[in-house]
Amino acid sequence: MNTDLLRILPEVVLVVAGVLVMLIDAALPAAARRRPLGWVAALGTMVALWSSILQLRIEPGTAFFGAVETSPFTVFFHVLICGIVLVALLIALDTLPRDSHHQGEFYALVLFGASGMCLLTGAVELLVVFIALEISSISTYILAGYRKETGKGPEAAIKYFLLGSFATGFLLYGIALLFGATGTTQIYEIAHRAATAQNHTFVVLALMLMLVGIFFKVSAAPFHVWTPDVYEGAPSPVVALLSTAPKAAAFALLLRVLYEMLPDLRSLWMPLVWVVAVASMTIGNLAALRQQNVKRMLAYSSIAHAGYLLVAFTGLGASGIAAATFYTAAYAAMNVGIFAVVTLVSGYDDQLPLIADFRGLLYRSPLLGSLLVFFLISLVGIPFTGGFFGKFYSFSAAVGGGAVWLAIIGLLNSGVASAYYLRLAFTAAQKPEDGAAAPRFAAPQIGAAVIAALLFTVGTTLWLGIAPEPILRAAETAARALQ
Amino acid sequence: MNAFNDSILTLILLVPLAGALLIALLPDRGKLPAWLALITALVTFGFTLHLPAHFIVGQPGFQFEVNRPWIESIGISYHVGVDGLSLWLVVLTGLLAPIGVLASWNAIKERRKIFYALFLVQQTAMVGVFISLDLMVYYGFWELSLIPMAILIAMYGRKDGAKAALKFFLFTFIPSAPLLVAILWLYAHTGTFNFAELQPLIASGALPAGALFWVALAFLFAFAVKVPIFPLHGWLADAFSEAPVALAMVIAGKLGLYSMLRFHVGLFPEQTKQIAPLLIALAVIGILYGAFLALVQRDYWRLVSFGAVSHFSLIVLGIYGLTLIGRDGAIYQTLNQGIMEGALFVLLGVLYSRYESSQIATFGGVAAKLPRAAAFFVITSLAMIGLPMLNGFIGEFLILSSTFTGVSKGWAIVATLSVILGASYALWLVQRLFYGPESPLAAEKPVVDLRINEWIALVPLAVLMLVMGIAPNIWLPSIESSMNQPQTKQTASSPHLALPALAQAVASGKEATR
Repeated sequence: MNTDLLRILPEVVLVVAGVLVMLIDAALPAAARRRPLGWVAALGTMVALWSSILQLRIEPGTAFFGAVETSPFTVFFHVLICGIVLVALLIALDTLPRDSHHQGEFYALVLFGASGMCLLTGAVELLVVFIALEISSISTYILAGYRKETGKGPEAAIKYFLLGSFATGFLLYGIALLFGATGTTQIYEIAHRAATAQNHTFVVLALMLMLVGIFFKVSAAPFHVWTPDVYEGAPSPVVALLSTAPKAAAFALLLRVLYEMLPDLRSLWMPLVWVVAVASMTIGNLAALRQQNVKRMLAYSSIAHAGYLLVAFTGLGASGIAAATFYTAAYAAMNVGIFAVVTLVSGYDDQLPLIADFRGLLYRSPLLGSLLVFFLISLVGIPFTGGFFGKFYSFSAAVGGGAVWLAIIGLLNSGVASAYYLRLAFTAAQKPEDGAAAPRFAAPQIGAAVIAALLFTVGTTLWLGIAPEPILRAAETAARALQ
Repeated sequence: MNAFNDSILTLILLVPLAGALLIALLPDRGKLPAWLALITALVTFGFTLHLPAHFIVGQPGFQFEVNRPWIESIGISYHVGVDGLSLWLVVLTGLLAPIGVLASWNAIKERRKIFYALFLVQQTAMVGVFISLDLMVYYGFWELSLIPMAILIAMYGRKDGAKAALKFFLFTFIPSAPLLVAILWLYAHTGTFNFAELQPLIASGALPAGALFWVALAFLFAFAVKVPIFPLHGWLADAFSEAPVALAMVIAGKLGLYSMLRFHVGLFPEQTKQIAPLLIALAVIGILYGAFLALVQRDYWRLVSFGAVSHFSLIVLGIYGLTLIGRDGAIYQTLNQGIMEGALFVLLGVLYSRYESSQIATFGGVAAKLPRAAAFFVITSLAMIGLPMLNGFIGEFLILSSTFTGVSKGWAIVATLSVILGASYALWLVQRLFYGPESPLAAEKPVVDLRINEWIALVPLAVLMLVMGIAPNIWLPSIESSMNQPQTKQTASSPHLALPALAQAVASGKEATR
């Protein structure tokens, strides 16, 4: 039992920290400032991150009767998710309205959501998978509607909730069918029985239903329609979290389902992944070209990035898994970074940042402008940034797996994508218009916490672009653990 | 000295980057970033001069080579080196950096910090392109070279910088997508990104020829857009009109031309032979098309850009004639072109900063106000039209004579028309800008002739035009020492090119036709 608890230590730490935040929040007088709660949450996340690294010391294995697993794979994703949550908390610390009385709930919800995401990456029992997914989803549904005084906030939350529940229903239905077909919900057992089964009809049907649920969570086309609305309505610090951490967890689940549960059906699920990857990249990029609102544009960009990530799945075995894992990390670093910048430029307020509002940013605020351009360059996939190596490994895995056309489509897509990323970058670089009215957004206040968040994301993006060797090795170790 | 030889290329690569970081960290106060950039650029130029001083002429293969694993698990290594092909291009890049800083000295008035930091990053990227021998590292610098350029065009564009920047970026970025797939395909089939290992592997014919054709085409396409050659030149005129002078002088030409020689002709000799006739045709069309369009332009930036298309096409003709002399001439003319465009852009920048107009019709009689600028402009124009004793002549002569003797008399004769057309538009431009009756614009604006910084920038370029025209022997032997590659038509005894180049080239041409 002792090691059982150790195997879910990060989740436990996150939940305890979340409960602590809620208790302190309740105990504080109504007039007290709630900001220190954010530091408690950040501290809790750091402890969780550290405890997941500690998990490397115990032997890989399962706990709670084969329900949860620890392996280099889960540790990789735990560290990634805790890192994202930490940065999102740091952004929120400096940008949430200071007088808000809901801050305690905000930080607690982030922590509870993080525990669900962490659990999702470690779960090897489909019912635990479902529960973990719900824990993470429900927190994010609420967080998406956090700006409830505006019209867009509740709209985002309700859309996300309705569509999300519907998609989770598909997942659950798939799990039920799989249980019917194989008589178990334990992933290793299913893998074993599916490999020896004669007839795959129900397994395939179940897999397709499950994929609907998972593709929804990673916002891959054609299950992506919620993304722009939710990103537009949710506060920017939440979007930084929403667009990365739950997706990382869902991609971990997808890797587990495809490569660990049903690797023998590769020839069957490969065309599906191929089609979804092409659809996500193309629809995401083409739609993003037309957006005037920066948050919606980045939403479509995240759909496209889900597509690039799916390209890696066509790679053979470990190289595909490693590429997908690495891409998740690279994407998270740059996407959290750019949302941090967008948050700082447009503020937490309900004003929607248009591309035109960014004109002259590089002149008004050279620091933020340079950071914006830097993250956009990484999203384009220019060498010496994390975005490049993410794409590089992903497409390289695809070419190695024989999907040359997919790689070509993907790279042409990244050419299209550069048009809208750089339209924003070049707008920011342009001289401010002469005699124009003062910019809609006041000069941003940059605090210590958000500086730390920016340093962390810039550092990681550069590190992944210049010396990706350690992370690549970690991703490969994780990949081997999954096989 | 040996240790220095090992690290010299890394120094040339990293010193500008370090300078950029320093500029980024120090406050944006007055001329401080400009001074820092100037010092960095001069130090780097000093380092680049070490290369020709210690280059062993006639030794085959790469020199100053460094080969260290970078990202071992996927076989990317930091492999750099220079040979006769890249040697002088690195020096040229080093020379144009301080000149670019001096040309920007008064032109860039705001956000100097960003400008000079990005300018130095651009230097690193270009040097990286010239010295990288690992395809991934090469691709990295190739892409990186787009970024500072595009951002600076957007920031300092004259009219609509953002639009021109986007056009420039898309035109050059999208073709590099097939290039990356091609590189990945080569890696998937050979397991290496190393140029020195790939060359024999491809030559050995172990790879499927059908696929290799497309791979070579992907390489060529990316380079052809970057040069640019007809009909892929759509981005050039806008980029020239909007780019700050210091960047316009390096935006086109040498990166693409070098890459053609190294990574298309050098890596895929068989595929090159298949496609060479097409490129020769496109080059000749480009020579005439560019020159004709240059004749009718009303804006001098656009005129210069079409003139550049014409000149670059001539170099492409030299490359794809696949003769030794043509190749020599192409490399030499690439260097010439860098120097002449450098001077031309400094001078046009002088005009633009004084009169804030690029409409040729608004000028006239400026020579009375700017006699020194006019003198430099005339020298540069004469070099561009290939006047003997100036550098343009040597390159053009080598290319045209090699085409005549080694490729096709017809194409050569048509291409030679460009000499007449080139003289027409260049001299007509000089006449319309500097001479004739004084225009209202020239009459009403009080202007100063060349400032000290512009003077310092122009003198070395003018001197080089003369020296390179009189004594090409200083350069040609080291350029030739990269010639022992299998794809060229002539073999073994490479004809030693020396002045009088005329007699030599004709003689060796006869040798080739025998």
